[in-house]
Amino acid sequence: MGGMHGLGPTPIEADEPVFHHRWEGRVHAMTIASPTRGNIDVGRHERELIPGPDYLSMSYYQKWFAGLSTLLLKATLVTSREIASGQAAPGSARGTPRLAAADVTEAMTRPSSYLREVTAPPAFQPGDQVRAKQMNPPGHTRLPRYARGHLGVIERRHGAHVLPDSNAHGLGEDPRHLYTVVFAARELWGPDAPARDSVRLDLWEPYLERA
Amino acid sequence: MALRVKALESVLVEKGLVDPAALDAIVDHFETKVGPRNGARVVAKAWSDPAYLERLRADATAAIAELDFTGRQGEHMVAVENAPGVHNLVVCTLCSCYPWPVLGLPPVWYKSPAYRSRAVIDPRGVLAEFGTVLPEDTEVQVWDSTAEIRYLVIPQRPAGTDGLDEAALAALVTRDGMIGTTRL
Repeated sequence: MGGMHGLGPTPIEADEPVFHHRWEGRVHAMTIASPTRGNIDVGRHERELIPGPDYLSMSYYQKWFAGLSTLLLKATLVTSREIASGQAAPGSARGTPRLAAADVTEAMTRPSSYLREVTAPPAFQPGDQVRAKQMNPPGHTRLPRYARGHLGVIERRHGAHVLPDSNAHGLGEDPRHLYTVVFAARELWGPDAPARDSVRLDLWEPYLERA
Repeated sequence: MALRVKALESVLVEKGLVDPAALDAIVDHFETKVGPRNGARVVAKAWSDPAYLERLRADATAAIAELDFTGRQGEHMVAVENAPGVHNLVVCTLCSCYPWPVLGLPPVWYKSPAYRSRAVIDPRGVLAEFGTVLPEDTEVQVWDSTAEIRYLVIPQRPAGTDGLDEAALAALVTRDGMIGTTRL
């Protein structure tokens, strides 16, 4: 939705709590502790699949609840009747929780990385002019629509990172070189944008072509 | 929603898929362990210690880990510095990416369609809603967190703070200052 007008003023709230309702914290915690939590890109994609009108009318944690419920159903870990009733079907299997309370701090603070070793050298170097591809895949991607087709300049290399377009669909990590690309505001939005302003995006090599 | 969430938790617990004590611990982590006070310590140290600032510029993830702020949604940190004539603003237009270890969970406005849609096309309009009006010749650099790189804005050190120690400086640093919607 980057670049759209008309979605209202920013809903600024003074002294906002971390969670506005107890259930919001439980949804966040269940999403992290759930056995479906294998891969961050799968969860993001699931929330993107919520139909647009619903997406805009749901609160943030309503979307998380919907995404988590769908992942659990798809994994056949629960049935819709169980979700509605709050009771396990008679005779259903019992598991062992993936995350124990004693391991939570470690799980939340353990350094990890999306950086991967690859043999392919980076195609671009800082200073190279590139164009974000005009591409419209039906599945998950992290190339925002507002940048597609526009010219930018490579500002920084980040090494090869897990590619969400592949990882979100269970097709493997397929790590690719990642770059910070700077786009002039006028290139993205036209001559009314302030001359010196710019937007930076982190984009994987398959999103870019030499310009 | 409260009842629906309670029903889901009950069935997941009954089936041995989640441990309710683990859920308590995760909620506690977000409510008490992470938050903008962590990021404020990073900023105060960057203001006070030139060697630390250099390490932060070279490898922000490692420099922030020196203060024991590590983990989920802080795996790949980059610090972006405001300067005279340069103002940085962070957004995630695609979802809600935010550096949890140093800022905690994002406020509702950061996750709202209103902010996500407009921060890239009209950053000065968004900033004005926060009471931040920048000179026309200031360069606004917007960072859209499209990958797993997470951005922390290092605000300009306020004038008249020369004698303050790190703890006193950290008390001046606000969450919105580290997202870039306000200046200190």
